[in-house]
This record gives sequence, structure tokens and C-alpha cells, in this order.
Amino acid sequence: MKNAIAVARREFRAYFESPIAYIFITAFLLLVNFLYLWTFFVAGQADMRPFFGFMPFVFLFLVPSITMRLWAEERKMGTLEVLLTLPVREKEVVLGKFIASFLFMLIMLALTFNIPLLVGLLGDPDWGVIIGGYLGCLLMGASYLAIGLFASALSDNQIVAFILAIAICTAMLIVGEWFFLILVPDIFVPLFNYLGLGAHFESMGRGVIDTRDLLYYVSIIGIFLYLNINTVENRTWV
Amino acid sequence: MVNIENLTKYYGPTLAVDAVSFEVAKGEVVGFLGPNGAGKTTTMRIVTCYLKPTSGTVSVAGYDIRNDPLEVRKRIGYLPENCPLYPEMNVVDYLNYIAELRQVPSSERSRRVKEMIGITGLESVLWKDIGELSKGYRQRVGLAQSMVHDPDILIFDEPTSGLDPNQIVEIRQLIREIGREKTVILSTHILPEVSATCNRVLIINDAKMIASGTTDELINRAQGADVVTAGIKGPEEEVYQALREAAFAGEFRKIREEPENGGAWLTLEIESAGGDIREQLFRLVVEKNWSMRELKLEKMSLEEVFAKLTTS
Repeated sequence: MKNAIAVARREFRAYFESPIAYIFITAFLLLVNFLYLWTFFVAGQADMRPFFGFMPFVFLFLVPSITMRLWAEERKMGTLEVLLTLPVREKEVVLGKFIASFLFMLIMLALTFNIPLLVGLLGDPDWGVIIGGYLGCLLMGASYLAIGLFASALSDNQIVAFILAIAICTAMLIVGEWFFLILVPDIFVPLFNYLGLGAHFESMGRGVIDTRDLLYYVSIIGIFLYLNINTVENRTWV
Repeated sequence: MVNIENLTKYYGPTLAVDAVSFEVAKGEVVGFLGPNGAGKTTTMRIVTCYLKPTSGTVSVAGYDIRNDPLEVRKRIGYLPENCPLYPEMNVVDYLNYIAELRQVPSSERSRRVKEMIGITGLESVLWKDIGELSKGYRQRVGLAQSMVHDPDILIFDEPTSGLDPNQIVEIRQLIREIGREKTVILSTHILPEVSATCNRVLIINDAKMIASGTTDELINRAQGADVVTAGIKGPEEEVYQALREAAFAGEFRKIREEPENGGAWLTLEIESAGGDIREQLFRLVVEKNWSMRELKLEKMSLEEVFAKLTTS
């Protein structure tokens, strides 16, 4: 566990050593603020639900960009050869990278707190919705992170990792949406509905924190981290 | 210290290492010599537990790489080819990071890192980002990280590749010093490097190990008979006849002929039938009243040994 923290510390700092992180955060904040605020004053509602409505889609592109370099760059640069010949377990490295990217995402989310602050100052919003919504973002984001991290391990090219991550996340999102469900035989509908990333987010976005949803997200994160550990341990690419 | 038995590695259908077996004893400095693509890097990657073998056993300091990879990794310091480092970190942070992951206890870390910096001469670039360093300095950082946990065994893959002649001398000097106390395995295709730094050489070609021994042993083995180069002036046919009849001389051939006032200097390469034939050859020349101006015992060079062994 100590090793995982050491890796996490380094990876986290590595994010900020490059100008890309700052450009990123700036672009994210500009986008998110724009998307929310341009109808906010017109609508006149102290409601953050629209915010949590578009967030899963912003994350869809954002999170893979955060994770794409985590394995792919190390493979390409050859630093993986040093890292994986150190006396650390592969699972510790996977965890470390996950923790680092999670913290980075946390910071980005925290930087959007200007919006609930604004809404709170101007009106009387449903704080349950806001808290549930942010929690949902965190969990959904963490799921995307686990998927993106796994995708990064599949390639030595960051762009491929990025695209793969988006593809998998989109698939997981779509699986629970209505336009996919109508194509599925009736018996499977509840199953696929449960599997979809979006459905669980919606209930959280209403301020309802259901253990089924928490379990779902934790399972998704667990599954993809496990797949990641497996991919790295059984590496045949050198 | 390091025992390798029947190590075989396939990359899909390609055979990269073919039933290689060898041992490295404690304190030895062993050189892996071989053309590019021979299997040196693959073998090292297996010993350091980066890759898993297809079959065969490898044990390091008594620990098997399959059963106790963590124990093996603790005892090895590894510098891969092209010295991969994190360009955005500075030298001190990087060495501290690696020291931490190499399980150097936090109370010892700064002392060890300072020690490494001293040994590899990195004082002047301590706080620079690794991406800004020249190749020579980066190689030194790579060496420093490999030794920071004071391992018993060091494995260097082409440690001087890409360095300029001055840097090469420095790194070799460093390796020689390290080699005094530690077990070192290094790979190279620069032959003088092997003679300069290693006690023993393993020649690998085409996935197989084809020769092993000290540089002298290899040269003697590959050369076969001793060869003498002699410059003799005398009637050509007589010289050849005498040499054919001489018991001490085996095959011979003419390399050069230089005519000179009423005769010609023949430069001949003469194989010995046994032992050093220079004295006998001299006596023959004197007896026949010829002239001699050159008498040299040829030793095959390591380059020639290498070429002979790897191109057949």
C-alpha cells in the first residue's frame, strides 16, 4: 500500500509539471461554466439539475484525456521497464495511478464549486440534489477513470488509448439508454438497464443515494481495475 | 548468484532465446556479447522479472524468478537500454522516488541518494529536470538509480550506447569500480568494452549461447593454431620448399611481395605446427642464408573471434 501511495504522489505531481494540465482545467471550467450559465439567468431557476445533466457527457471526453497518458506514455518511453522491475507489485502501481487521476478529477470538480455558490447566493436550491449530483459525478467519473486507465494499458499510443476509453465508456453508457433498450428482448431489459452507467447517475442526480447505485459504481471500478492489473501482469508486449 | 538453466523464450512464433544456460558467480563481471537481436536484452529482461520465460529456470541469489519475483527484484539494480527516465522530474526527486520504491527506508534515503550523486558525479545537475540533461548525465542518473538500494547484482543493458568517447571512458571506469564489490552483468556489442571491464564473456548469437570464457580463453580457442608473420628475402621456390619440409611449420601463404635490388621481400603468414615457432624460423633463415626483416606472432583479435563465431 505504501508503494501505491508513492506512485500516486509522483503521478499526481507529474500532471502539474506539464502545461497540459493547466490548459485542460481551464478549458474544462470554461466549458462547464458556459454550458450552465448561458441559460441560467434566462431560466431563472435555482436548479443545478441541468449541470448534472450534461456532466456525464463532458466527462466522457474529459476523463479519457486524463487517463490516456498513464500507461501508454510509460510504454512508449520505456520507463515501464524500470517501474516493473522494481520490487513493487503490479496492483500497487495500478492503484497508485488510479488514486492520482482520481485526485486530479476531484480538484477539477471542486473548482466548479463557484456554480453552486452562485446558485446558493441567488436562490434557494435543493441542496440534496446538489450533494447527490456531485457524489454521482465523483462515482461516475471514477468509473470512467477505471475504464480509461484500463484502456491506456492496452496501447503504447495515447491517442489510441483515448479513443478506446471513449468507445468503452460510450458503450457502457448506451447500454442502459432507451434507444438501445428497445432493441433488446424484454427479458434482458432490466439487466441492461442496470448495466448502463447513465441510469445510476440519474437517480443520484435527483438527490437519491441508493446503495444499489453505490454498489454498481464500486463494482465497475473494481472490475476495470482488476482487468487493468491482469493486463499488466500478463504483459506480452515489450 | 545467478543461475540460468535451459532458458527459452518465444515471442509468438519467434524464438528469441534458445535453451541458454549459464551461471554468474558472486563478484564476477560478466559481459554478454552478441549482435543486435541475438537475445541479450530478452535474457536480461527475464532475469529482472520484466518478462516471463517460456520455459527454463532462473534463480537469483537463491530465489526463483517465478516464485519470488519481488525478492529477486529487491536484489537487482537494472539499467535498461536507452536509459528510460521521467523527463519532467528533477534528478533529486527522481532518485528519491526510485529509492522509495526500491524499499530504501526513509531514514536512509537521503544519505543513499547523496552517496549515489557523489559516486556518479551528478552534483552540478542536482535540481535540473532530467529532460534538460545531456545523454551522458542521463546515463549517470540511470546508473545512480540502479545502485541506490545497494543491490548485490547489477544488470546493465548497453550502458555506453550513444555516449561520446570521453563519457564512455568515464562510465567504464565507474563500472570497473562497481565491479570490484558487486556482481555485474552487462551487455554490449562493443568489443573493447568487454576486454576493458569484464572477467568473463558470454557470446550470444541467434538466440543461442555459442561461447563462454575469459577473453584470453576465447581468443585461444577461436584462433586455433598460432600464426607468425615473417618478412623473408630469398629465392621464392626455395623458401616455399624449405617451409613445406620444415616440421615446425604448417600451412603458409604469401601476403605481399616487394621487389628490391636483385630479389624480393616476401611477407608470409606461417601457421605453427605446435608452440612458438619464431626461433626455429629464424634459425632456418640463417641456415639458408636468406634475410629476414619482420617476425611477429599474430594474436587473433576479439573482433575476429566475434566475427568468426557469429557469421558462420
